[in-house]
Amino acid sequence: MKITLGTVTHPGGSRVNKTGSWRTASKPRFNHQACVACDVCALVCPEGCIFGTGQNTYYANEDYCKGCGICAEVCPVHDIEMIPEAGEDG
Amino acid sequence: MVKVEERDKFNDHLLASGHTACPGCGQSLAARLVLRAAGRNVMVVNSTGCLEVFSSKYPESAWEVPWIHSLFENTSAVAAGIEAALKITGQLDRVRVIAQGGDGSTADIGLGAISGMLERGHDVLYICYDNEAYMNTGIQRSGSTPYYARTTTSPPGKVSRGNWRPKKDVPQIALAHGIPYVAVASVGYPMDLDRKVRKALSIRGPKYVQIHVPCPLGWGTAPERTIDFARLAVLTGLYPLYEVENGELRALKIPKKVPVEEYLKEQVRFRHLFGKEDRKKEIAEIQGIADQNIEKFGLIVK
Amino acid sequence: MVKGRMLQGARAMAEMCALCRPKVISAYPITPQTLIVEELSQIVADGDLEAEFINVEGEHSAASVVLGAAAVGVRVFTCSSSQGLLLMSEVIFNIAGMRLPVVMICVNRSVSAPLNIWNDQQDSIIMRDSGWIQLYAENNQETCDLLLQAHKIAEDHRVMLPAMVCCDGYVLPHAYEIVDLPSQAEVDAFLPSYDPIYKLDIDNPTTMGAFADPEKYMETRYMIQETMKKSLSVIEEVARDFGSSFGRSSYGLFEKYRVDDASTVVVALGSMAGTIKDVVDELRDQGEKVGILRLICYRPFPKEALYEALSAAENIVIMEKDISLGGSGAVATDMRAVFYGREACPRISGFILGLGGRDITVDDIKTTISKAQHQVADADFVGLKEDLELEGING
Repeated sequence: MKITLGTVTHPGGSRVNKTGSWRTASKPRFNHQACVACDVCALVCPEGCIFGTGQNTYYANEDYCKGCGICAEVCPVHDIEMIPEAGEDG
Repeated sequence: MVKVEERDKFNDHLLASGHTACPGCGQSLAARLVLRAAGRNVMVVNSTGCLEVFSSKYPESAWEVPWIHSLFENTSAVAAGIEAALKITGQLDRVRVIAQGGDGSTADIGLGAISGMLERGHDVLYICYDNEAYMNTGIQRSGSTPYYARTTTSPPGKVSRGNWRPKKDVPQIALAHGIPYVAVASVGYPMDLDRKVRKALSIRGPKYVQIHVPCPLGWGTAPERTIDFARLAVLTGLYPLYEVENGELRALKIPKKVPVEEYLKEQVRFRHLFGKEDRKKEIAEIQGIADQNIEKFGLIVK
Repeated sequence: MVKGRMLQGARAMAEMCALCRPKVISAYPITPQTLIVEELSQIVADGDLEAEFINVEGEHSAASVVLGAAAVGVRVFTCSSSQGLLLMSEVIFNIAGMRLPVVMICVNRSVSAPLNIWNDQQDSIIMRDSGWIQLYAENNQETCDLLLQAHKIAEDHRVMLPAMVCCDGYVLPHAYEIVDLPSQAEVDAFLPSYDPIYKLDIDNPTTMGAFADPEKYMETRYMIQETMKKSLSVIEEVARDFGSSFGRSSYGLFEKYRVDDASTVVVALGSMAGTIKDVVDELRDQGEKVGILRLICYRPFPKEALYEALSAAENIVIMEKDISLGGSGAVATDMRAVFYGREACPRISGFILGLGGRDITVDDIKTTISKAQHQVADADFVGLKEDLELEGING
């Protein structure tokens, strides 16, 4: 690794931190049943890791999702639920 | 199944993922929303604090825009220098300058530099992320800590009921400088926040925007409830959302008064006010602050 | 015929500053620095320098404003003294760590309490650990010459460190002397426009001031330390360039005056060297082999060059206007470290003079030199008023 003068660095390097490994208990499941594409889950995700392009397309990038659960809390149609980290498949 | 990298190609967040804020951090959310509103043509000056630490561990920066951290209390002065350099080199027509910090660097240690920057009329937007204590050093009381809140330096005890003074009113201090735009926003109302940041950046000269950002760690609240508590602070009248543009006040109305207990009772920092009969007086005093705000800012349509 | 104009020192320094074309200047008034920033304000107000002059609410912000402007990639200038420099100190260290080639003048003044607005060099000496290059001037001409050189040294890509030009308060900026200032064309030819390595730029975003964990911080200090050592040759190179460009010698790291065959060499910084040179001449006339080495570059401390220059001396007499209270004078401490464990081993004595504007007389200097030829002195105060009763000491 190079140490630059004045520790100047370049954008976006934080993406190497896969903060998804922080999750201990639960992660969001996007049910894709009642989604109205209001985009609020994506808007209020502190990690900026929820994405979607229309109804029932939203998902969280689990590489970064810390499992805070804000998305499930704010979803106006309760289409997101927090499930145990191991997931429904076991 | 679409590969994650492809699906993320529309990820244009200017505060990138992989920052190391606590789960549910209101400040990290607010900072991302501010940049979302500001766009790429900004230079950001950041005070020392949580936001700086969780986003800029060398070499892993989360910032997609030009960003600089110098010290805790000099953010406004550094921003003033940047603005001056942009002005003299003819770049100020295409670049906006944002100075930002927490409530400690705003209400306390950096207040003098902020006042200087506002008074001199620099074309800078100052943003205070108000989580109501020194969270980065471990939840110590700041001038912006609310009345009776528990912090590690305003602990309740035999002769103490927590923070002994009401919160310092920095937006009013900013207003006293006669600047063109002052706004109070909340992470609980992201579109209102977005509008205020865009509005501020459309105005030339000094601007001050203060954003209420719940801190799950410092407040003792569940991470998933960050938005809820931010909204409750507004709905009780404890954190009135308003803006003053060229002297004209506009406040976000609340549908009906929510009692302050609803906001206070599930936060560990106020837990010492509950369960004992003799603490009713303190809660009544906090209710008094909310009532005063409702009256002063006309928060409820009569 | 003498070249130059009769100018008050502060005016000459302000004109030299303007010739260097800083884009952003920020300062806060403090005695005895004020004259310089007043003159600069006027120069900007008259439209003779295209710069932003930012009147701030304190020195901490003055240093911060120039830090921010330097990060955008423009040349900057600030100026302070005493308490002002101390208030700046947090930013002073920060500027060096961020590798921003800020240039400032420190108009040397004592440090309170008690409040005292007169000259010594305690203020800048306190900043010796900050990572700033420090150059001490003897007179107004040299202050101006060093200011021009300081920009060139600091902005050299082999250096990229801030530089502080120090001049003695009142003694220099308030005095009228003949100063020969170069033309704008000459300055432009000598000092190219600032070419930053990194800067804030929306077309090429960078993150400046990232924090370093224990796996990286120590390297940042090592980098500055190594760069400081390397900058010694850059300072000498720039001094040589200056000499050939302006036909006036500039001494680089230090000036030797009648040192080469001297058995006793006084070491001093700044304006007191003028008086010491007179004493040297007088003693030489009496057959004493005395000289003075006037240290210009205190940081980086030119250890090897000083060893070379002074290893033939029997006595080194350090006269300085600062004291690390409870320790010794800073320059004496550094000088002893140069010779410790080496082959040449002159007697090194340290004397403290002229604190808070106390006159440094010819007799003081003679007595000091004589004393040092017979015994080793460590932080001996010279020129104390013997008739004063000192509570807790002799009263």
